Amino acid sequence: MSTRTRPRAHPDDDTTTYREALREGLREALASDDRVFLMGEDVGRYGGCFGVSLGLLEEFGPERIRDTPLSESAFVGAGIGAALAGMRPVVEIMTVNFSLLALDQILNNAATLRHMSGGQLGVPLVIRMTTGAGRQLAAQHSHSLEGWYAHIPGLRVLAPATIDDARHVLSAALADPDPVLIFEHGSLYNAAGTLDPAVHQVDLDHAAVRRQGTDVTVVAYSGCVSKALEAAEELAGEGIGAEVVDLRTLRPLDDATIVGSVRRTHRAVVVDEGWRSGSLSAEIESRICEQAFFELDAPVERVCSAEVPIPYARRLEEAALPQSAGIMAAARRVVG
Amino acid sequence: MATAHGGTSAGTPKAKSPRRAHAPAAPSRTPAAAHDLDLLRRMLLIRRFEERCVELYSAATIRGFVHLYIGEEAVAVGVHQALDERDAVVSTYREHGHALARGIPPEAVMAEMYGKSTGCSHGRGGSMHLFDAGRRFYGGNAIVGGGLPLAAGLALADRMRGEPRVTCCFFGDGAFAEGEFHETANLAALWGLPVLFVCENNLYAMGTALAREHAQTDLAMRAASYGMAAWAVDGMDVHAVEKAARGAVESLRAGSGPHFLEMRTYRFRAHSMYDPDRYRPKDEVEEWKRHDPVTGLADGMRTSGLLDAAALEDLEHRVAEEIDDAVRAAEQAPEEPAEDLLLHVTGRHEEAQA
Repeated sequence: MSTRTRPRAHPDDDTTTYREALREGLREALASDDRVFLMGEDVGRYGGCFGVSLGLLEEFGPERIRDTPLSESAFVGAGIGAALAGMRPVVEIMTVNFSLLALDQILNNAATLRHMSGGQLGVPLVIRMTTGAGRQLAAQHSHSLEGWYAHIPGLRVLAPATIDDARHVLSAALADPDPVLIFEHGSLYNAAGTLDPAVHQVDLDHAAVRRQGTDVTVVAYSGCVSKALEAAEELAGEGIGAEVVDLRTLRPLDDATIVGSVRRTHRAVVVDEGWRSGSLSAEIESRICEQAFFELDAPVERVCSAEVPIPYARRLEEAALPQSAGIMAAARRVVG
Repeated sequence: MATAHGGTSAGTPKAKSPRRAHAPAAPSRTPAAAHDLDLLRRMLLIRRFEERCVELYSAATIRGFVHLYIGEEAVAVGVHQALDERDAVVSTYREHGHALARGIPPEAVMAEMYGKSTGCSHGRGGSMHLFDAGRRFYGGNAIVGGGLPLAAGLALADRMRGEPRVTCCFFGDGAFAEGEFHETANLAALWGLPVLFVCENNLYAMGTALAREHAQTDLAMRAASYGMAAWAVDGMDVHAVEKAARGAVESLRAGSGPHFLEMRTYRFRAHSMYDPDRYRPKDEVEEWKRHDPVTGLADGMRTSGLLDAAALEDLEHRVAEEIDDAVRAAEQAPEEPAEDLLLHVTGRHEEAQA
């Protein structure tokens, strides 16, 4: 579990962490809309399992920063019920592994009620949870199951990878009439950067091209975007221009941006911290093949997590995850 | 409100509490008599509606899983006497009775069974997923226990806004074994949420008898352990149900936190139309039929001079007409076009084009 931080970790400079950016998004939402409240395990007095909501209890009080029992199904379902009744709940689940205890509510109710009721009901609920590995938390705190959720019609699935996206993702999510899942990568919470003052919102309908290149498209999301950018930087030194597409929204996928990039570069590497079999990377590769097969100059490559429960030991964990070296190797193979 | 526990949940219900005292010579226009006639009409509507469903299912006109409420009508009708239009209702897959008691028109329920556009869920839900947002009827949930957390959330929204509303959640003895019941009971009691938990204990979780699924079968006592008022009620007696529900709702509106009513009831038909009903003795079913809530009320009214054969016949006739109209309307209603398949998946329309 991460160490708790003060609300401002860097009082003397302009940098902001991913954690602070998320907190500012929460603060803004709570301050601007009385219907918004935050609910989850240890979001109040503890300050959030990963410190995201630290200080919000003091600012907004226990009615709106609501500590819950360890009852994922009940408090996620209560979020659904409150959303049905016109509130705008933000529910925090500690990790994606724990979200499985609420999977019934997320799939069978949140994602389904609109359709099952013939369009009478809507569930404008935001669920935030931590995903991903890289912190030696072993096999019950480290998995990347967002691809499972991206399988489900009725949900919108988001994976902010940058400080700016972390800052603005919540307001966009709360504006959505449907349930939105926000996956916060655990290894990004301490990532620091400077917020772009020109950015005031996140465009949830479009993937973001984080770096332009002409030789290969690297599609990544969440914690793998920074690894893809590192790889692209190194590849540039070898004369390979890699274009990095950050999916940002995992459902619905922005086919136009992904396929548009591949049409320019004619080669693609898809990076996914989920397991390869039945993964989001498989879906993306399929869409590229379906929509741009005759424009490809090489088979699409994938860089995914090894098909193993994420192990504890650092060397093993690193070996299990997509790394920039693996992305570079894949890029070199497709470029030939 | 005092917490009271009944005895064992197994077996037939205890002796019924005395009927309301009615002056034998009172004409059927007294408020009490009119009320009883209304209760009878509501229960009869559910009973005859479902009997028609059996015919329609047997003729393969309606499909899917159809779970009948026959025998349990007093619970839905009695509880709804205590609710008004402000309140919310969360139901189960055995919810035709709850939906009709809530006031969803029979034609909208029947059209849903037919999968027609005029159905109360526009043909997307069927028998197990009846919805009516305007009447605050939130389904129609076919995951056992799945509606319970929703009820807590609806009540939480009311609590946070200071609305004196109640959320009534129906569920069964099977759901009582689910974690979602225990998580929700704890959450509702912890936060003092205005939830009326109505456990329809019909003694069977599909084919599994109460004593084969619960180590302790006194469900009201177990619910009380969460720190909420909880007691058992003769669910075959609509007056007993109404009285208990009115007491609970009054207390709920006064802010005393969640209440739990264990309605001891019985379904006369199998679990669903699909169920051969091999798991319970025939004489047990026959014994419970002696406590039929519909004939029980009608007999009581007759004994009190409040109902004669002509009046009952008139009531039956009016109910039958209402159901005939519902069936006719459902048969004539348009099908939902296949081009509209992807409607209502999201509130944004672009994904519907995918």
